[in-house]
Amino acid sequence: MTENNIIGKSVPRKEGRDKVTGAARYIDDMTLPGMLYGATVRSQIPRGKIKKISFDPEFAWSEFVIVTAEDIPGKNCIALIGDDQPCLANGEVNHPEEPTLLLAHENPHLLRKAVNAVSIEYEPMPAIFSIEESETQSQIIWGRDNTFKTFLISKGEVDTVWSKADYIVEAEYTTGAQEQLYIETNGMIAAFDADQGVTVWGSLQCPYYVHKALMALCDLTEDKVRVVQMETGGAFGGKEDYPSMIAAHAALLAMKARRPVKIIYDRMEDMTATTKRHPSRTRHRTAVSKTGKILGGEIEFTIDGGAYATLSSVVLSRGTIHAGGPYYWPNIRIRAKAVATNAPPHGAFRGFGAPQSLFAMERHMDRIAGVVGLSPVEIRRVNFLKPGDTTTTQQIVREEIDLAKLLDRALELSEYTAKKNRFAKENATGAIRRGVGIAAFLHGAGFTGSGERYLSSTVGVEGCADGTVRLLVSSTEFGQGTSTVLCQVAAEALGLPYEDVQIAQPDTAQVPNSGPTVASRTAMVVGNLVRSAVLGIKQTLTASGALPAPYTPAQFREACRKYISERGELRSFARYEAPPGVFWDDDNYRGEAYAAYAWAVYVAEVAVDLVTCGVDVKDFVALQEVGRVLHPVLAKGQIAGGVAQGIGFALYEKVVWQNGRMQNGQMTNYIMPTSADLPPIRVFFEELGNVHGAYGAKGIGELPMDGPAPAVVNAIEDALGIRFDSIPLMPEDIFAAVSEETCADGVR
Amino acid sequence: MRSDPAEYELIAPGKLPSILSLLAQQPGQWLPIAGGTDVMVQFAAGKLAARRLVSIWNLPELRGIEIASDEIRIGAGCTYTNLREHEIIAREFQLLARAARWTGGIANQNRGTLGGNIVNASPAADSLPALLAYEAELILVSVRGERRVPYVGFHTDYKRMNLQPDELIRTICLRRNLSGYFHFARKVGARNAQAISKLCVAAVGRIEIGRVAGGRTANVVGDVRIALGSVAPTPLRLTEVERMVQGQSITPELLQSASRAAMASIQPIDDIRSTAKYRSAVAGNLVVEFLDQLCTSGTQRE
Amino acid sequence: MRDTFENGPKIDRSLGELSLCDLSLTVNGTARTVRVYPMQRLLDVLRNELGLTGTKEGCGEGECGSCAVLMNGELVNSCLIPALQAANSDLVTIEGFAGNPQFTALQSAFLECGGAQCGICTPGMILASQHLLTKNPEPTLDDIREALSGNLCRCTGYMQIFEAVARAAQLRSIV
Repeated sequence: MTENNIIGKSVPRKEGRDKVTGAARYIDDMTLPGMLYGATVRSQIPRGKIKKISFDPEFAWSEFVIVTAEDIPGKNCIALIGDDQPCLANGEVNHPEEPTLLLAHENPHLLRKAVNAVSIEYEPMPAIFSIEESETQSQIIWGRDNTFKTFLISKGEVDTVWSKADYIVEAEYTTGAQEQLYIETNGMIAAFDADQGVTVWGSLQCPYYVHKALMALCDLTEDKVRVVQMETGGAFGGKEDYPSMIAAHAALLAMKARRPVKIIYDRMEDMTATTKRHPSRTRHRTAVSKTGKILGGEIEFTIDGGAYATLSSVVLSRGTIHAGGPYYWPNIRIRAKAVATNAPPHGAFRGFGAPQSLFAMERHMDRIAGVVGLSPVEIRRVNFLKPGDTTTTQQIVREEIDLAKLLDRALELSEYTAKKNRFAKENATGAIRRGVGIAAFLHGAGFTGSGERYLSSTVGVEGCADGTVRLLVSSTEFGQGTSTVLCQVAAEALGLPYEDVQIAQPDTAQVPNSGPTVASRTAMVVGNLVRSAVLGIKQTLTASGALPAPYTPAQFREACRKYISERGELRSFARYEAPPGVFWDDDNYRGEAYAAYAWAVYVAEVAVDLVTCGVDVKDFVALQEVGRVLHPVLAKGQIAGGVAQGIGFALYEKVVWQNGRMQNGQMTNYIMPTSADLPPIRVFFEELGNVHGAYGAKGIGELPMDGPAPAVVNAIEDALGIRFDSIPLMPEDIFAAVSEETCADGVR
Repeated sequence: MRSDPAEYELIAPGKLPSILSLLAQQPGQWLPIAGGTDVMVQFAAGKLAARRLVSIWNLPELRGIEIASDEIRIGAGCTYTNLREHEIIAREFQLLARAARWTGGIANQNRGTLGGNIVNASPAADSLPALLAYEAELILVSVRGERRVPYVGFHTDYKRMNLQPDELIRTICLRRNLSGYFHFARKVGARNAQAISKLCVAAVGRIEIGRVAGGRTANVVGDVRIALGSVAPTPLRLTEVERMVQGQSITPELLQSASRAAMASIQPIDDIRSTAKYRSAVAGNLVVEFLDQLCTSGTQRE
Repeated sequence: MRDTFENGPKIDRSLGELSLCDLSLTVNGTARTVRVYPMQRLLDVLRNELGLTGTKEGCGEGECGSCAVLMNGELVNSCLIPALQAANSDLVTIEGFAGNPQFTALQSAFLECGGAQCGICTPGMILASQHLLTKNPEPTLDDIREALSGNLCRCTGYMQIFEAVARAAQLRSIV
C-alpha cells in the first residue's frame, strides 16, 4: 500500500470543533424572521375512506394556515421512484399516521392543540398487517396483487440438485422492523418567495431527492427550488427519503402563508410516522452434500414495504443480491418480493435489505452445520467464495480475497476455539450459559448494477480567493465523515495540507448533484470523482503557467489566488463514468452487481442468564477487509457504531405494533443499547485495495450492520443448544423456548 | 412537547409551613413537584392532568439524612445521588443504594427523590421494594401535625396510597436492626441502564440455628423479607413465601415450593415491556436465587 | 376549502400571561433575567429565551441526555426542569463550558479519539464527562461506562467516547 501524507491518517474531523463546542447548527437551532410553526394532522386508522373533516368551532381557525391536498400546485405525490405515495391523503388513507392536513401558527403550543381539534370521519376498510396477510390477497391494498416488486435470480440448474443431495435443509427466518433512532428528529424550515421560489433547510441525506420531489409537488422549475442541508444529527437511511415528505409539508405551508414555516417532529411523531427497516421473511431450502458442500438451493426472500412503494424495490434488490452470502452457489434460485401492508411505508436503514437476508443466510449456515455434523467454522470454510468463483448473480470474484484466512484471523482474535471448549465445560453447571457465534458476510458498495451510471454523479471543485480549494458536492455529512474523507482525498491528490481544503455546505443552488449519500458510495465513488475534479483544477493552473511542477502548498495557494484575481473563477467538474468491462443485466439480474465488495467475519461472545433469560454480549470482534482505511479513527467509529446497531437489531430493538401503528414510540419503551449494554467492540481491518474506489477504498458505512445479529444469535444457540430464527430475540422469547425444554414452572 | 406552559401555574413558596397551609386550604388543587423526573415526563407527553403545581424541590425540611443510633431518617426530598453517596446507606441499606444506582442515569439521579418515587407510586418504581424489605416507616406531615406509618400497606392499590390530600411525606425512617442480615436485590429491565423494570426484587434475610425434623440443629431461615416490584398494582411483600420458608432449612424442595408460592402470590400483567408469563417465571427464579444465596451466606459465616 | 373562520372565538390566554414570571439565574457566568412561564422547560428557556442552542432536545423525556446541563455543578436533564426551579441557580451549558480551561482536554480528546460523529449527543456527553471527571479524575472504564449510561449515542457504539474520556483524564493529569 502506498504511503500517503493524509490518506490513512486520522486527521481532525472537518466540522469537529463546531460539534464539540456546541456551535454546530442543526435545523432546530435556526429561526427566520416571521417564522410560523407547522404541524401535521394524521390519520388514526390504518385504512379507509375520508368521509368528513371537521374543525372544532371553539378554535380561532382564522389564525391558522390550513393546507389540504387541494392546495397542492403540482402533483400530489412525493416523487421518488414510483409516484404512488401522496403528499397529503386525498380521499383515502392507507396507513396510521398518514398525513392528511397541515396547520401552521406562530404559537407551537396552540398549534399542537389545533391538531387535536381537527376530527376526521372515516369509512374504515379492512386492513392488513403482515406479509402473510398480504400474500393471501384477500384484501388488495396496492396495485393488482399487493406486490411492489419482484426479482428472480437464477443460476445453474436448481431442480437437479435435490436428487443428488445427502441432506436437504429447510428453514424460515424472520426479522422485525427497526427504528433508525437518530438522536436528532426530522425537521425542516421552508420559505417561499414569488421570485426565488421555495427554499428549504433541513436535516437530510439527499438534497437532490428533496429538490426533485419539491419540483413536482410545487410545480416549480429546478431553478426555483433550493434545498440546503443543515448539520444533521444522525440519519442511517432514515433521512434518505422521508425528508422529501416533511419538506413538502413545510413548503406547502410556506407557500400558502407567505411566511417561513418550521416543522420539527417530536420523538413520538418521528417514531410512529416515519420510515423503519423493512420486516423480512426468508425461506431457505438447501441441498447439501455429506462433506457439507452446498450443491444448490432455493431462497424465497420477502420484505414488508408498508403502504406505499417508496424505496422498497431497491431494498429488495440489495437484499436479494446479498441473500447467498459470501458462499459459492453452483445452482441457486432466489425469488424475492416486496409486499404492501397498511403500515407507514418502510424505508432505508443502514444495510438496506442485506442485514435481513444475511441474517437468514448466516443462521442457515449454522443450521446446515448442525445437520451435516460439521462445526460452524468448517461449514463456512467448505463453502466460501474464492477468487475466480462466481456469485449468485454470476459476478466473478476478481480480487484475491481469502475468506478462509479472514475467518482464521477472526477466530484467533476472538479466541473462539478456546472459549468454545471452555464454555462447553462450564455450561454444565451454573445459571450463566456462555457461547460464541460467527457471521461471515460481504457488502457491495455503491449503487447496484447500472445504478451509478444512472445517477451520473457530478462533483465540482473551486479555487477560492484565499488560495484554498473548496469541494462542491451534494454528499452530506451526518456523522459518518463525508466532509473529512472527501477533503482528505482532495488534499492528498493535490499535495496540499488538509487545512487548505474546505467543503461547501450542501446547497442545491451551489453544488452539483454528486448523488445521494447512501449505499456506502461516498468515499468510494464520490471520493474518486473528487480526486478527478481537483486534478482538473491542478491541470488548469498548470496550463495557465501559474503553477510550477513540482510545487509547494504555498506556490499552489499563490497560483490559485493569482488565477482568480485575473480570471474571476477557477472551477473544475468531474462526472461519473462507468468503468469499462462492468456489465449488469437488469432484466435477468445477472452480472456485476457491485463495483466492489467488502468482506467480513464477526465473532460474538454472549452470556445468557437462565434466571432472567437475559443476554449480555460480552465480547465482539469485528474483522473486515475494506480496500483501504482512509481514516483509521473514522473507520473504527463506523464499524463500532454499526455493530452497536446490529446488536440492538438482534436483542433490544422491538417495534410493538397494533393495527399498523407503533405502540412504543418513545425512548423509554423502544430500547436501544446504552453505554452499559455493549461489550468492548474490537475492530480490525485488512486492506486489499479497490481499483474502483478513491485511494483503494471500499464503502464501509453499512457493512457492520450485516454481521452482528446472526453472530449473536449463533452464539446464543451455542450457549443454549436452542435454535432461534427470529429477531428481535427478547428474553421473553428465550424464556418461552427454554421453559419448553425444561420444566414448566421455570425452576432449574 | 405536548403541553402549553401558559396553561400551568407553578409556585415555589420555599417554606414547608406555607406549602402545608396551601395544601390544607386548597386540598387536591396543587400537585407537589419535587425533582420533576416523573411529573415533567407526563407534562411533556401532554398527560399532566394537574394544572397547578407547587414546588417542594430543595426544601431544607425535606433534605438531609439524620443518623441516630437505632435508625436513620431520610428526608423525602433526598435525591438518588444523595442516597448513593451516603456512607451509612451504602453500608447498611445496600438495597436502597443499589436501587438509587439503577434508577435512570446520573442526571436523573441528581433530581429524582425518594419521596417522589413513593408518591408517584409506579408499580415499577425502583426503590419501593427496598423500602418494603427494610420495613421502612414514613413520617407524613400536614398542618394537623405529623404521623408515622409503616411503609408496608402504605400503597393500597394502583397509584392509591394512605396519604391525605393535605399531606406530604417528610421523612423515610429505616431502623438499623439488620446486622447479620444478607441483602439481595436484582432489577430485570430491558437493558442494563435507564430502564423501567420488568420486575425487581429486594430481599433481606438471616440464617439462624434452628431445630429441624429429627431434633437436629441446622441452618434455617430466620427473619426473611422478600419484596417484588412490577408484579402487582403495588410493590408487594411475599408474605406467603416468607411464612413458608421461615424456620426451614433450605433444600431443593423448599426452593421449588418457594418459587411456586411466589408465582402464586403475584399478579403480573402483559404490557408493552414484557409478559405475565415471563414476569411470573422470573419472579420465581429470583426468589430461588435469593434463598440460594442466603443459604450460601449463612454457610460462609460459620 | 375554507381556511378562514371569521367570527370564531379566540382562545383566552390571559390567565397564562398573568403567570409569566421574571426569572433570575446565572448562565455561563453571567447574570441573566428572563420573562418566562414557570412551567416552561429549562431546555426551552436556554434555547429560545437565551439563544443558547448548544443544548439539544433528543427525546423530551429525560432518556437520551442530549439536553444535559450543569446546574449548581450537578448534571441534570434540562428537558425535565421547570424554569421556576432554576431560579437563582448557576447554570453551565456547552457554550459556557467551551470557554473553560477544563474544556481543552475534553475537546482535544474528543477530536483525537473520534468521540463525536453526528454531534447531536456531544454537548450533553461532554458535560456528563466533565461531571464525571470533576468527581473522579481517574475513572476506570466501568466508571466511565456508568457515568455516561444516561447519554445515548446512536453513532459511535460508545467505544471512542470512552476512549476520549480516558484520554481527557490522562491529559488533565499531565498538566
